[in-house]
Amino acid sequence: MAVLLLAEVNDGVLAMDATAKAVSGAAKLGDVTVLVAGEKAADAAAEAAKIAGVSKVLVAEDALYGHRLAEPVAALIVSLAGEYSHIVAPATTDAKNILPRVAALLDVMVLSEVTAVIDADTFERPIYAGNAIQTVKSSDATKVITFRTSTFDAAGDGGSASVESIGAAENPGLSEWVEDKVAASDRPELTSAGIVVSGGRGVGSKDDFALIEKLADKLGAAVGASRAAVDSGFAPNDWQVGQTGKVVAPELYVAVGISGAIQHLAGMKDSKVIVAINKDEEAPIFQVADFGLVADLFTAVPELIEKL
Amino acid sequence: MKVLVPVKRVIDYNVKVRVKADGSGVDLANVKMSMNPFDEIAVEEAIRLKEAGKAEEVIVVSIGVKQAQETLRTALAMGADRAILVIATDDVHQDIEPLAVAKILAKIIGDEQPGLVIAGKQAIDNDMNATGQMLSALLGWSQATFANDLDVEGDFATVSREVDGGLQTVKVKLPAIVTADLRLNEPRYASLPNIMKAKKKPLDEKTAEELGVDVTPRLQVVKTSEPETRSAGIIVKSVDELVAKLKEKGIV
Ligand SMILES: Cc1cc2nc3c(=O)[nH]c(=O)nc-3n(C[C@H](O)[C@H](O)[C@H](O)COP(=O)(O)OP(=O)(O)OC[C@H]3O[C@@H](n4cnc5c(N)ncnc54)[C@H](O)[C@@H]3O)c2cc1C
Ligand SMILES: Nc1ncnc2c1ncn2[C@@H]1O[C@H](COP(=O)(O)O)[C@@H](O)[C@H]1O
Repeated sequence: MAVLLLAEVNDGVLAMDATAKAVSGAAKLGDVTVLVAGEKAADAAAEAAKIAGVSKVLVAEDALYGHRLAEPVAALIVSLAGEYSHIVAPATTDAKNILPRVAALLDVMVLSEVTAVIDADTFERPIYAGNAIQTVKSSDATKVITFRTSTFDAAGDGGSASVESIGAAENPGLSEWVEDKVAASDRPELTSAGIVVSGGRGVGSKDDFALIEKLADKLGAAVGASRAAVDSGFAPNDWQVGQTGKVVAPELYVAVGISGAIQHLAGMKDSKVIVAINKDEEAPIFQVADFGLVADLFTAVPELIEKL
Repeated sequence: MKVLVPVKRVIDYNVKVRVKADGSGVDLANVKMSMNPFDEIAVEEAIRLKEAGKAEEVIVVSIGVKQAQETLRTALAMGADRAILVIATDDVHQDIEPLAVAKILAKIIGDEQPGLVIAGKQAIDNDMNATGQMLSALLGWSQATFANDLDVEGDFATVSREVDGGLQTVKVKLPAIVTADLRLNEPRYASLPNIMKAKKKPLDEKTAEELGVDVTPRLQVVKTSEPETRSAGIIVKSVDELVAKLKEKGIV
């Protein structure tokens, strides 16, 4: 079995955590070839070659892949697909944009957000916001899979894969990149952080969200948010944790002013330790919290920051 | 320009999902069903394009069981002009996979020739997040997924997309497939008079068979099980106790 894995690359930099977690999933299926596509991709390819379990790295360096638009990247993957039994990627927004397109071009179904590999054809994936786990067996010739990174441990380093350059595939010429709005941050990345502190509607305003950020900084944590906090403009969209946001499973998750709707729980209930601070003792978040504190966040959080 | 919006009938997002004891699936008998929340957003966006004079007609399409008629009536009551129901199964527990849905939609699009398709980003039952992308591939059209802003101007649409790093804006050539994310808009409620009017709007029925699409699943469901549940924790009395507990665990 041969697996082609689309590495996560942003602006020429390999997203090591997401890629190495997908390698763990892929290694269960066969020999792993990593595809690194980007306008600049050589450095990312050299990094990918060091991941344990990777046997080969293909580098497609071309302006066409600079912003990882779905149409050209899918065309590139399809041009390589013939040699592989599985085409996989970490379940990032990029891959979730690209891989279903690849699957349809190959006339196969996609397996999204796979959480466990049973055998080469059989996989587990959560459905209904994680309220059920489905085991599915694919009858397709090529399996196209995104792996939910929060359930896989990152593959280690120490690999020494060969690196080979490949040319660009055709340019479908359907869409063009206009701009990215990415906020730079010194905080750890949400999906790989050891600790996440999230705020919800209870925080009340964008200004008061600074309190959540202060607690996060005290703990060296990433900052997350509920949908309500994002919709209300307290926090940017890329902080949303949940069924349709990011899925996290840190050592410690602190939910502040979050009620615990199933759509939010879907994104954090696999955290090792969950702390909830909420003034409503009936809030459903307490049903999943290891440690619950029934308190007003505006008194509890400053006190917590002071005592940590 | 016609705008086509695929809408899926799914379990209402407020319903607590129950896995059937025999592991054969999730219990959908006698539970409240609604339009997939992302599809309400997609319908709203299409109606706004019509209201802004950028679209002439909004067509909604649902694929699945006969009962999806209700979902289509809801979309018509919101303001869609016309509906197409494609019956692909008579079993409410049979989910039609995104690949088959995309093939059926591609056939309908061949007949209707819309300039834009707005789908939801994800169905909240199967959580696939795939149909829009697959449809775009089958048609050879451009795609702009996870949209939180859409601007149609001439032969192009400019779309702001919610991505892991923040936001990305792309410009896509029409015809295109856009998938709606949560913050694209806030869908309207249908008023009573509009609900009455919707009963008279055209709703065509077809079958997957008539369209020549094989809906046999590619993914065989071996079993469906309950997720692991967390054991109940404790309520601490004070911030001091919380800090002590976290120190005990060695995580702070
Ligand atoms: C299709 C769909 C997808 C969704 N996807 C997501 C998703 O990915 N992520 C997500 O989070 N949600 C998602 N949701 C929304 C979800 O259903 C909830 O509406 C949302 O999670 C609620 O956010 P919240 O807990 O911050 O707000 P609320 O439910 O309003 O809760 C606020 C909480 O703050 C507490 N509070 C208020 N003031 C204080 C105070 N001073 N001190 C302490 N506590 C206080 C209140 O007691 C309350 O429990 C989705 C919904 C739909 C329909
Ligand atoms: N059976 C269906 N009928 C109509 N539209 C559907 C159906 N399944 C999926 N869709 C559309 O595709 C979107 C994404 O669904 P999915 O790929 O299943 O997560 C939905 O939000 C709908 O717009």
